[in-house]
Amino acid sequence: MLKLSNLSIGIKARVKAIDAKKSVDQRLMVMGLLPGMDVKVVQVAPLGDPIAIEFQGRRVSLRRAEASGVLLESVA
Amino acid sequence: MALLPSLAPEKTIRIALIGNPNTGKTTLFNNLTGLRQRVGNYPGVTVARKSGLLKLRGGNVELIDLPGAYSLSAASLDERIVVDALCGQVSGMEAPDVVACVIDASNLLRNLFLASQVAELGIPMVLILNQYDVARRKNIHIDHKLLSKRLGVPVVKTVATRQKGTEEIVEAINSVLDNPSRMEVINWPEPVKEATKMLREAVGANTKNNLSETEIHRILFDADSAILDRLGNDTGEIRLHLGQARGILFKAGFNPMAAEALLQYEHLGGLIEGIVKHSGLAKTSRTESIDHLMVHRGWGLAIFVGMMYLVFLSVYTWASPFMDFIQSGIDWFQGMAGPWFAATPMLQSLMVDGVLEGVGAFLGFLPQIMILFFFIALLEDTGYMARAAFLMDKMFSWCGLNGKSFVPLLSSYACAVPGIMATRTIEDPKARLATILIAPFMSCSARLPVYVLLIGAFIEPVYGSFYAGLALFLMHFVGLAVAIPTAFVLNKFILKTRPQPFLLELPAYRVPRLRDVAWRMFQSGEEFVRRAGTIIFAITIIVWALLYFPRPATVGEEIRQNFIESQAQFQNTNPEAVQTSLAETDSDLAKRLEYLTDSAYLEQSFMGRIGKTIQPVFDPAGFDWKITVGVLASFPAREVIISTLGVIYSLGGDVDEGTGDLREVVANAKWQEGARVGTPVYTMPVVVGILVFFALCSQCGATLAVITKEAGFRWAVLSFTFMTTLAWLGAVLCYQIGIRLI
Ligand SMILES: Nc1nc2c(ncn2[C@@H]2O[C@H](COP(=O)(O)OP(=O)(O)O)[C@@H](O)[C@H]2O)c(=O)[nH]1
Repeated sequence: MLKLSNLSIGIKARVKAIDAKKSVDQRLMVMGLLPGMDVKVVQVAPLGDPIAIEFQGRRVSLRRAEASGVLLESVA
Repeated sequence: MALLPSLAPEKTIRIALIGNPNTGKTTLFNNLTGLRQRVGNYPGVTVARKSGLLKLRGGNVELIDLPGAYSLSAASLDERIVVDALCGQVSGMEAPDVVACVIDASNLLRNLFLASQVAELGIPMVLILNQYDVARRKNIHIDHKLLSKRLGVPVVKTVATRQKGTEEIVEAINSVLDNPSRMEVINWPEPVKEATKMLREAVGANTKNNLSETEIHRILFDADSAILDRLGNDTGEIRLHLGQARGILFKAGFNPMAAEALLQYEHLGGLIEGIVKHSGLAKTSRTESIDHLMVHRGWGLAIFVGMMYLVFLSVYTWASPFMDFIQSGIDWFQGMAGPWFAATPMLQSLMVDGVLEGVGAFLGFLPQIMILFFFIALLEDTGYMARAAFLMDKMFSWCGLNGKSFVPLLSSYACAVPGIMATRTIEDPKARLATILIAPFMSCSARLPVYVLLIGAFIEPVYGSFYAGLALFLMHFVGLAVAIPTAFVLNKFILKTRPQPFLLELPAYRVPRLRDVAWRMFQSGEEFVRRAGTIIFAITIIVWALLYFPRPATVGEEIRQNFIESQAQFQNTNPEAVQTSLAETDSDLAKRLEYLTDSAYLEQSFMGRIGKTIQPVFDPAGFDWKITVGVLASFPAREVIISTLGVIYSLGGDVDEGTGDLREVVANAKWQEGARVGTPVYTMPVVVGILVFFALCSQCGATLAVITKEAGFRWAVLSFTFMTTLAWLGAVLCYQIGIRLI
């Protein structure tokens, strides 16, 4: 299963579902990351964590563990 | 008892400013209130909140600046403050009469989320579409008239940084006060209504609290709602019903945790249909290309190190000329004031060593604070601060801190006072508190004189300058080595930090406005003087009094008598001759007598007596009463130990760590009584013990004053107790191990 936490840098993917179990998941949705949207990892911090993602022209940084609730599907 | 007539003042109208972070709320607040603002500290809220006066048609009203929030789901403290403030749950603060919601015009849909949640509270609202210039640059057009019609509230377009639209905001607020308009709220689907009703009944049956619809929704939708915590401990029954209410949603095909966002966005998407128009393609953003460099794995780190070095250097070095200037100003005043009060030595000492010294004590911090906040404002306004936190997060997250702790801790290496003030940039309250508590462990510049004196007097002569340098270098890590495990333990066992999400928006890069940066710089300086200044001043005066009193004339006379006699004997003259040469002011002899007298007075002052009394506490570390008094007297600031030792060893208070005399005297000091009589006081284990003690101790009144103001008195007491205990343990360990090894 492709998750946002292990999406490679620079690859675009589409949000299939969000677990919405943790408050981080809820917060991501509030910030506008919803199923059906495209998302991309744009940067990885020097120590491998956190990552910076981009969706809808917004850049957000979060730790990998916090990104694990976002399930993705690849876009052709 | 007769009832007193009610003195309730006429109710003031309150307007709350809310909005997502980085929408321009602060800039708007400053535009609207100008200089008529103050920083208030609402009970239970440690981060200072601002409120100011806004001039309206009907007179002044109060404008309250609430923290930036994405939603009312109280996941962060900031959001919790917003929820509580809007629900009228912050003590001393009623619910606002009007909410002005600031919206980033280029992100209308996402910014409306918060507004839509707030709308459910039923408070009249005004929408402010700020950063309209940015939206225009991105070729985004918003039909604000149509938006206003659809939402049912006034909508104003503004460019806060250019003061555009300020009058329109005032006009809109005026009209809403005359004619309350409420924003169109979402019509929840049937299952949500049913679940809400059920939960409302459960809450009603189990608590006395009367919750609003919004609060019930928060309990229903949020993963871990802060509202439930507020209801008290006995929420078992409510939690049971919460499970059932969520069950209703689940059966209807909604994921309870995701339902709100999905439904709200659907609702809002419909509302703004046809209102936002993009013309042409948005250019590749500048942010993207800058970010590529800034957070690049290699370059990004190099730029980061460079920037942080600059920040550190500025606080550590650039502040000194200003500090010297302030010090020479104080010196000048001291020189001036001295002769005025020559007739009454007590008053003279109070003015010169108490009052003026106290003023100097807190003014001296101003350059460092203002320079640091200048850089913090630059880093924040350009958008780099969030990137810096992003780069450093991994290094801090394992011990419960986060990337934002870096700048405060780095600054604390220059001085913990501005460092602790800089923790205001950390939103997570526990990470902030933990950072405040470990910041004083960083080896600040006030420790340097102590290190230099002791290393120069004992390590350099014995081991040479290479090891002296090495020792000085290593001393800078003693505090850090203790701070990291402290942070870990603090978070794990005391603050019991639930791992806080590090969800941080990386805002677009901007060119900062000098005006805002300067504003921030002066505000931080002013706030420090106003809030911490009096405490620092008071500490200086109290310590002065302890060092000055009691001061019976007999002690001075006795010293003088003995001095004259021994000098006469020594010089083979008669006492009268000695007296005449003493009468010449500024003669060497007069100085020596003065120093001897000062020393004798210090020994029998309250401080001297306390030092002697509690010397046994420090005996296991090998400290004699003189070191003990030095330790106590340096409570206002560590470096004071140097001048105190100068006075104790009859060298006068003007010595500094480089003075040969003091080094020599200290190196030759012997125990005068007790079991160790005749042996040197400052043996290597004692010296190392003192070094470690000063690396870890909390001898800094200003730091404690700032902790009191930023985190509360309780934490200042805890910090002092903890650091002092650690410092004592460190010194005792060094001594006890040392004497067994040597
Ligand atoms: N271009 C532009 N920048 C703005 C505007 N309003 C605020 N800013 C900038 O946006 C940044 C964030 O503003 P601030 O007031 O600190 O936002 P807050 O986080 O909501 O309090 C600052 O760099 C401001 O200079 C505006 O209308 N146009």
